[in-house]
Amino acid sequence: MSHNVFAPWDDPNAVPLVEIRGLLKRFGDFVALDHIDLNVYPREFFALLGPSGCGKTTIMRMLAGFETPTAGTVKLEGQDLAEIPPYSRNVNMMFQSYALFPHISVADNIAFGLKQDKRPKDEIAARVEEMLSLVQLGKFAHRKPHQLSGGQRQRVALARALAKKPPLLLLDEPLGALDKKLRQETQFELMDIQEKLGLTFMIVTHDQEEAMTVASRIAVMNEGKIVQVATPNTIYEHPNSVYVAGFLGEVNLIAGKAHRLDDHHTELHWAEGEPPLRIDHPLEGTDGVDATLALRPEKVSISHEEPQAGLCRVQGTINDIAYTGNLSIYFVKLSNGVIIKAQEANSRRLEHRNYTWEDTVWLSWRPTAGSLLLQ
Amino acid sequence: MQKLSPFNITALTLGFAFLYIPILLLVIFSFNESKLVTVWGGFSTKWYASLMQDKAFLNAAWTTFRIALVSATIATVLGTMAAMALVRLGKFRGRTLFSGMIYAPLVMPEVITGLSLLLLFVAMNVTRGFWTITLAHITFSMCYVSVVVSSRLHSFDVSLEEAAIDLGCNTIQAFFKVTLPIILPAVISAWLLSVTLSLDDLVIASFTSGPGATTLPMEIYSSVRLGVSPQINALSSLLVGLVGGGVILASIISRRQISKEQH
Ligand SMILES: Nc1ncnc2c1ncn2[C@@H]1O[C@H](COP(=O)(O)OP(=O)(O)OP(=O)(O)O)[C@@H](O)[C@H]1O
Ligand SMILES: [Mg+2]
Repeated sequence: MSHNVFAPWDDPNAVPLVEIRGLLKRFGDFVALDHIDLNVYPREFFALLGPSGCGKTTIMRMLAGFETPTAGTVKLEGQDLAEIPPYSRNVNMMFQSYALFPHISVADNIAFGLKQDKRPKDEIAARVEEMLSLVQLGKFAHRKPHQLSGGQRQRVALARALAKKPPLLLLDEPLGALDKKLRQETQFELMDIQEKLGLTFMIVTHDQEEAMTVASRIAVMNEGKIVQVATPNTIYEHPNSVYVAGFLGEVNLIAGKAHRLDDHHTELHWAEGEPPLRIDHPLEGTDGVDATLALRPEKVSISHEEPQAGLCRVQGTINDIAYTGNLSIYFVKLSNGVIIKAQEANSRRLEHRNYTWEDTVWLSWRPTAGSLLLQ
Repeated sequence: MQKLSPFNITALTLGFAFLYIPILLLVIFSFNESKLVTVWGGFSTKWYASLMQDKAFLNAAWTTFRIALVSATIATVLGTMAAMALVRLGKFRGRTLFSGMIYAPLVMPEVITGLSLLLLFVAMNVTRGFWTITLAHITFSMCYVSVVVSSRLHSFDVSLEEAAIDLGCNTIQAFFKVTLPIILPAVISAWLLSVTLSLDDLVIASFTSGPGATTLPMEIYSSVRLGVSPQINALSSLLVGLVGGGVILASIISRRQISKEQH
């Protein structure tokens, strides 16, 4: 990897901003966080992704200081957070509910943290001005929060959390209430701000697309555990488990037994009497282990003619076709009953489509396209 | 909205008449020229004027207001603290007991409260007077305050306080800079309620007062036993005005608060 690519997690000498080790959190008998280990590096835009109730907010609240660990340590800039009360941590949090102070103006909301730090008056004024223009709310400085729209309030909350320029900013579902267009605009605004100010952001989101768009790395969580931490690209292309593969985007799963071909190649025997599928990846388990091939629908091509040599192929009949405007998705039933989705861009008009129901077709993909998952 | 049927209108009119005609009569006759309470002799404010010359009345008024202001203020501080504890501390041992005990004085017969306080003061051998009445009023006003304030706190978003702490406030600063300003209307109406409760209390004040500390309701009650005079009407009307004003102000403040929250 060339040196100008931002990837501190690959650099053994990089010093993490946040270090979480063996973090355990119980609420009564319920284990909300189950031995979490996590490093977040300076200038990262780190996303926590996972189903409702998996513990994302709990991690954030732990960093902000509103929850205390049952076991394990959380360090920020090398300092154990257990010794630092929430009000003197170098962390600010943007609340999912925005939590704007209703009794003071937008400008005073933004200035709140700076005044609390007893910064000089002119510095506060300048910073508030800067924040207001950053979130494009200069005209609204003297309004009260209840006189703003939802999107404007959200940006005030962002400006308030940003005003102290904390080394670590926690954003708990910051865009949850916005419509798609405003959400996308704000995503880019956020990335821009993060880059401009050189800060570290940690974002919680339910929206996988959002995580893919903004994040330098994503942690996929499930039931209090972190299942995979990697770049969006890796998470999408090389999920480490069926869970992760299924959580992000559409995926085809073909189960079978994996056999070692040679040091770099593996074969998946997926159905009686069908030729095995080749995978250009060494087998990580023992020979003959149960495995699942995960394959993204957009990597699968559909054709009437037998695909060229070197491609993995299966044959089946079209069971259903979904038309989503820009895409057509073909649901192809294989000999063993498994249904594979193949996605094609609609570059031609609908009436010129080549395939229809009950057609027998070939599906093909490159041997590098899928990931073989052992769990 | 439902249409008012003739039956409903009649019931409403009778109900209000039943409640307010006596008070209305009282106020009207306080402006009576005649010395005879039941005979109208023309409009006059002379009874109010004579009230202003009456030493006993002025003393009682002064005592009453001091008691009302001091007891309401202390009760508001204590009641607000109690409400914070009951709403915020989550589950602690004896929480149910505490919150139950907060409501108990609201339903306790005043005679019992008065008598038990009297016994306490006698047992402790304190001289009864201004401070004992004030203390007694604090005890019951405080319950009303904590009921009013805790109902406001239940709808208060705790993340506002967390946001303040996140931005560098300690718990106490967060309370004074964020929580208190936001719940202030509820606190003010609780204070007004305490003032009016203290102003019109007769039973508990009679039990806990001592020589030299007579409140307006006590003054009225004792002089009525000698016969109703127009001067008493005037005094009572003043009290009605004060108490009514306090209650109306309190409800306006909390109404405003509700409509603000609905924004
Ligand atoms: N104070 C608490 N007491 C008891 N259980 C709690 C408490 N806070 C959180 N939990 C539980 O811990 C689990 C994780 O909660 P958390 O709020 O972190 O979920 P989340 O991943 O943020 O979910 P969502 O996406 O719905 O916001 C949930 O099952 C929740 O019920
Ligand atoms: Mg959450």
